[in-house]
Amino acid sequence: MAEKTINLHYTIDGNNFTTAGQASSNIKKVLKQLGVYPEAIRKAAISMYEGEINTIIHGKGGEANVAISPETITIVFTDNGPGISDIDKAMQEGFSTATDEARELGFGAGMGLPNMKKYSDSMTIESQVGKGTTVTMIIKLN
Amino acid sequence: MKLKQVSEILHAKVLTKAPWEDLEVQSACGCDLMSDVLAFVKNQALLLTGLVNPQVIRTCEMMDIKTVVFVRGKVPQAPVLELAEDMGITIMTTDFPLYIACGELYKNGLGGRGE
Ligand SMILES: Nc1ncnc2c1ncn2[C@@H]1O[C@H](COP(=O)(O)OP(=O)(O)OP(=O)(O)O)[C@@H](O)[C@H]1O
Ligand SMILES: [Mg+2]
Repeated sequence: MAEKTINLHYTIDGNNFTTAGQASSNIKKVLKQLGVYPEAIRKAAISMYEGEINTIIHGKGGEANVAISPETITIVFTDNGPGISDIDKAMQEGFSTATDEARELGFGAGMGLPNMKKYSDSMTIESQVGKGTTVTMIIKLN
Repeated sequence: MKLKQVSEILHAKVLTKAPWEDLEVQSACGCDLMSDVLAFVKNQALLLTGLVNPQVIRTCEMMDIKTVVFVRGKVPQAPVLELAEDMGITIMTTDFPLYIACGELYKNGLGGRGE
């Protein structure tokens, strides 16, 4: 486990589908090195990856900031994309506005946000149409 | 089920270099929706899919899925195979379509969610 808080920052390229997932991959490695227990790594990896993909395919790119403390993993995604007009609707399983390009890659099931909620211990979404979206997830480590 | 048996049942060709024959899988999932994989798949599963992009490998990395079978004879491009090698993931390709490939494995005793 981390003895003090580790802060990690990632820039997420919105135009490059092939590098999508690199930030999540890196977080997973760091958590493993820190000796975080497998179930928490799994929860963090899934939540992080879904968030990273959303930041790319919906948010048109942005950033991720991850803080790992002895007690929690806090993951924050921020983008300056189109925003979400109806957050309750976006949270429903099956709701998706994904483009054909994203669907061809296997995304667009409308399961990402529900997955993120399921695998994190708390999740909040702040969004303004035309301005962008911030998604914060916390995973407890005990 | 050992991967050697999987490869025999599916007449599959292995595309990665690492030793694979004695690796074991407990269950399998046939799916083209990565978010469904992320939502439902349990550990030590094998993924059968018709998608051959890098996100399939990334999804497997997140889920600790160590074996992917590409159906309908699909072969991924070199960078996808390289990523799989880096992640210690075994890649196979079979000519069977998804439905048949899943059915053959199920018929031979490989369950769904690790039952
Ligand atoms: N960062 C974002 N910016 C703008 N809209 C977003 C963002 N994240 C999610 N959304 C909206 O919420 C919807 C639901 O997101 P969710 O992740 O649940 O599904 P999806 O990304 O469409 O499909 P999946 O995650 O299953 O591949 C999206 O289709 C999109 O309309
Ligand atoms: Mg999504």
